Amino acid sequence: MASPSDPHGSDFSAAELEFLAEDETIEIVPNMRMDPLDMTCGVFGPFHPQIATQVPMWLAVALKKRGKCTIRPPEWMSVEKLTQVLEAERDSQKSFQPLPFHYVETSRLLFDHARDDIPDIYMVRSLIEDIKDVRFHKIGSGLEVISQRTAALKLENLTAMEVNIVRPFVVRALQTFYKLDNPEITQESDTRANRRFPAANHGPKRPLKRKQTFGFELYTSLSGGPEIHELLTIDTRRTDNRYLFQVWLGFKVVGPALPERSGPLGLGWLDPA
Amino acid sequence: MDSGTWDGSAAAAVTDDYDFLSSTNDAELLKRAWRTEKAAPEILQFEAGLVDRSREQIQLVEETLEELMTSGSDPLTVSLNQMDMDRTLFLLRSYLRTRLQKIEKYMVHIHKNTELWNRLSEQEQKFAKRCIEDLEEHFEKSVLSKLPDRYKSSVKQSVISEEDDMVPEPQLDTYVICRTKRSLGALQLDNSGIEDPVDLDPGDLYAVRYKSIKSLVYSGQVELV
Repeated sequence: MASPSDPHGSDFSAAELEFLAEDETIEIVPNMRMDPLDMTCGVFGPFHPQIATQVPMWLAVALKKRGKCTIRPPEWMSVEKLTQVLEAERDSQKSFQPLPFHYVETSRLLFDHARDDIPDIYMVRSLIEDIKDVRFHKIGSGLEVISQRTAALKLENLTAMEVNIVRPFVVRALQTFYKLDNPEITQESDTRANRRFPAANHGPKRPLKRKQTFGFELYTSLSGGPEIHELLTIDTRRTDNRYLFQVWLGFKVVGPALPERSGPLGLGWLDPA
Repeated sequence: MDSGTWDGSAAAAVTDDYDFLSSTNDAELLKRAWRTEKAAPEILQFEAGLVDRSREQIQLVEETLEELMTSGSDPLTVSLNQMDMDRTLFLLRSYLRTRLQKIEKYMVHIHKNTELWNRLSEQEQKFAKRCIEDLEEHFEKSVLSKLPDRYKSSVKQSVISEEDDMVPEPQLDTYVICRTKRSLGALQLDNSGIEDPVDLDPGDLYAVRYKSIKSLVYSGQVELV
């Protein structure tokens, strides 16, 4: 997901998110007797047949795999609750319903390992899929609010997986707007970015044109609608250690985002081709 | 340091940090350290105490497991304990690896800066030193020795560079996604002062500039996600 120019590995992989989700507690009903387990993450049990107890997800799945318990799906995973959530998600274009932080991972784990413990599994599954879709669509259109004056973005009620998916886009969009707002930083970090390929000022050189395109794919696939075709392109051209920044939103130059202080070279148009 | 400022209510928050920390176990803390380290652009303070305790814990579990196995107790208990230990092991390894990756990437930058250098553990410092030496030697042997005098430095583009301009540095301007456990009061996100202070509501997620919250990350009041 992360573009190669942003390789600091801050993204969590899906597997790592699942790992985190496996620490969430869930209720199981054991069918065997076992002494309490004294684990690094806490003490669980004792386990008695037919008496429900709370354990972390990974423990529940491990016991389930060995046929030692049944898992009680969490309350929010009922058809009734999910239908309500889905309706509310559809009703409100602006806000998100509170869902467990790891709802995608938790439901996935349960679908994979405890199908027989979930009543109406097909219904539940398709409801969760729908909720996921509606939310992703909203996230996509919601991200349009990012603008040059965005200093911080509140991601209310977003969950782990959702945040992780939009992270590369959000981070780079905010970063770009921040840079455009602060031309001196742009210059500085741009010099830094170009350090690895020091064209320096030795001998004649071709104008170096570096085009960074980002966001487009994610944006369109998230929002889906044909109405959004914003392509934010930043074209960095180096000429004699001076940098020209040109910014397009779609095919239109956005006035205030163009740094007026960008130097004596001035700004030119470039065909969006 | 031009980190963001926040008003006095945060001071009160620090005092109940102790209650918060003592109510969390090492497994939780290790997970948190791992997460934060993964999400932060720069190297953070090495959690020496936590890593030591986790190591001891793992060793203890290993010993107990061996005992359990020889005493022929329930194989289920043994394998569940084994899983628990594997999870801690994974976290610990991943935490250390994430740090090593950052160190490899920014070693020269970290080495130059005492504050950053002190964030490393002893072994990490050893590793970074070796790394720098080896890399320099390699560059020297393979390329630099064959270049004209002006270009012989491994940290400068040429002799005319005033500073070390070929040292990769972490981007502190980048944005991170964070969450607070408690209300921290008004937070000034921009140094320009134009921006209105923002209240970070506890439990909600925010994408903010790393630089403006890094002091809160150091003190553990803000968690990176």
